[in-house]
This record gives sequence, structure tokens and C-alpha cells, in this order.
Amino acid sequence: MAFVDHSKDYVAVAGGARVEDYLALLKPRVMSLVVFTAIIGLLLAPGGINPVVGLIAILCIAIGAGGSGALNMWYDADIDRIMSRTANRPIPAGRVSREEALTLGLVCSGFSVMILGLATNWVAAALLAFTIFFYAVIYTMWLKRSTPQNIVIGGAAGAFPPMIGWAAVTGDITLPSIVLFLIIFLWTPPHFWALALYKQGDYGAAGIPMLPNVAGEQATKVQIVVYTIILVATTLVPSFIGMSGALYTAVAVVTGAAFLYLSLRLYRATDTAMKKVARSVFTFSLSYLFVIFLALITDRVAQAAGWL
Amino acid sequence: MALMADPARTPEEELARRRRRNSIALGLVLGALVLIFYALTIVKVGPGVITQRDL
Repeated sequence: MAFVDHSKDYVAVAGGARVEDYLALLKPRVMSLVVFTAIIGLLLAPGGINPVVGLIAILCIAIGAGGSGALNMWYDADIDRIMSRTANRPIPAGRVSREEALTLGLVCSGFSVMILGLATNWVAAALLAFTIFFYAVIYTMWLKRSTPQNIVIGGAAGAFPPMIGWAAVTGDITLPSIVLFLIIFLWTPPHFWALALYKQGDYGAAGIPMLPNVAGEQATKVQIVVYTIILVATTLVPSFIGMSGALYTAVAVVTGAAFLYLSLRLYRATDTAMKKVARSVFTFSLSYLFVIFLALITDRVAQAAGWL
Repeated sequence: MALMADPARTPEEELARRRRRNSIALGLVLGALVLIFYALTIVKVGPGVITQRDL
């Protein structure tokens, strides 16, 4: 695209960016995962919600996630410029100014929390506000640059959406919604450490203390295996607390076994083969989370329809 | 400035075109907000607003 050629040499003009650039600030790919898990949380929650209110709640969660993404890009513009994966983001590429990103982030965050509170309840709104704060301040401004455990704790921000979806319906936080939170929370470390294993040069150059750079590859692989075991065990909890039935349990066991097998293969792999396996762990983990959440809702629908 | 998309347009024309597109997008967002508040009001108030009134 001619527009981005040599664009690092230019200074962004206020209002001169394309609509697509502003949309890119909202991290649409992250947003899609957030929307998906929030919808599952909303649908799994006991009791009903007016479909219009439900739709507005999901929209608010998506915009809130987008706002925190824009705040993340505003703060991280300096390190995004260094890493190949992020160098073409709107701010480091010179298409949007940092001030515009900050404004967009704050406006999206404020409006999404306010409208969610008015549409559903203030427990859900408070959870959304906390999630945005956690991602933008606790993770982006503090943990990311200071500890190799950054994504372990920071992963909580990505784990809140199903809990918010659930709270939008019930107005409270209960064990099943905490289980949904825990599944994403425990999934985050193996997912991102697999990415860090084959992108460690990038993180090292940007000075981000990711686990492979700080503790070494072997220690990272051990941690991936340990977190995968705890994650797979946690995905079985819904079967024991009456949240789901046989269909979900079967899916959780099969996909969990596959995830464990892959993480063990990564543990044994070395050098160039290691990067290849790390990449497959990363891509598999994405599908894994999608399948687990899809299985939860499919199981619930199948039970309600009397198919199981 | 980073305005080199189409060689047929001058940077000023390109900037004006983008600002116009951004204004349209902002207008659509504001329209969506109006719709959201309208729909929310109808849902929250419910049919009672008509049935409870003495006409």
C-alpha cells in the first residue's frame, strides 16, 4: 500500500488518518475473541436478558475492550516501533498521533462503561471499568515492562469478558462465572509464551522481559507444560459443578489431551524444530479456547433441547 | 505528512477526503448512539407506558 511507504518519516496530521487506522487502534482481532467469550458468558448465565439489552451489553464490552486496546497502543508506541509484529500499527507507522489514540481510548472506555451500567447493571459496568483499568494501567504501564510474569497476571484482563457477560444477566459474580474466568486466565500463559518462544528476538530488542528472554527457553517450556496441565484440569471443573454435561466433558478431554501432547512435544523440541512446534502450540491454543467455549454453549443448548 | 495514497490527488485533496470520510464515520457513530438510547428507553419503559395512561 503506497500510503504506508516510508510513513515512519512522517508526522501524523490530526484528522488525517483513515477510518481504518482508527479502527485498527481498537485491536479488532482481540476484540473478536472478547466478543465471543462475552457472548458465551451472557448465554450461559441463568435467567434471561432482553435481546436488545444483550446486544447493547456485548457492544459495550467490545467497545470497552477496543478502548483499552487504544490506550495500550498510546502507551506502548515506543516499543511497538521496535518489534516487527507491531511496527506497522497506526502510531509507530505515523498514521495516527498518540494524542488521537489517547482520546479515542478514553472516550470509548468512558462511554462503554456508562452505557453498560445504564443498560444492564452497575456490577457488570464496574467489572468492565476494572478490566479496562487492569489492561491499560496494571498490565500495559506496569507489569509488561517490569516482570517476566507480565502475561500471567495481565492475562486476567482478557479473562474478564465472560464474567462481564454473565454479570450483565445476573448482576452478580458466582462460581460458574469464576470458572469461565479461570479457563481464559490459565490459557493465557501457555498461549503467549509459545508466541514469545518464536518471537523472543523481537521482545528482547524492545526490552520487554518475556519469560524466554529472562529465564531461558527450557524454563519457559516447563512453565508451558505446568500451566497446560492446570488449564486442562480446570476445563473439567464445569463437568463437576453441574455447569455442563457429557458432550462438553468429551470435547474438553479430547482437546485437552491434544494440547498436553503438543506442549510435551514443545518441551522435547530443540532449535529450529522448537520454533515450529512453538508456532503450532500458539495457533492450536487459539482454536482450543474457541472450541472449549463453543462446547460449553453447545452442551447447554443440547441439554435444553433434550438432545442429551 | 503521511498523505501519499493516490498520485492523482494533491496532499490537500487527500486530507480533505479523509476528513470527510472521518466526519461521516463519526456521524454514523453518533446516529448509532441515538438508536441505542432510543431502543434502551423503549425496552426499559416497556409497554406499560401506553397501557397505564388514561387516554
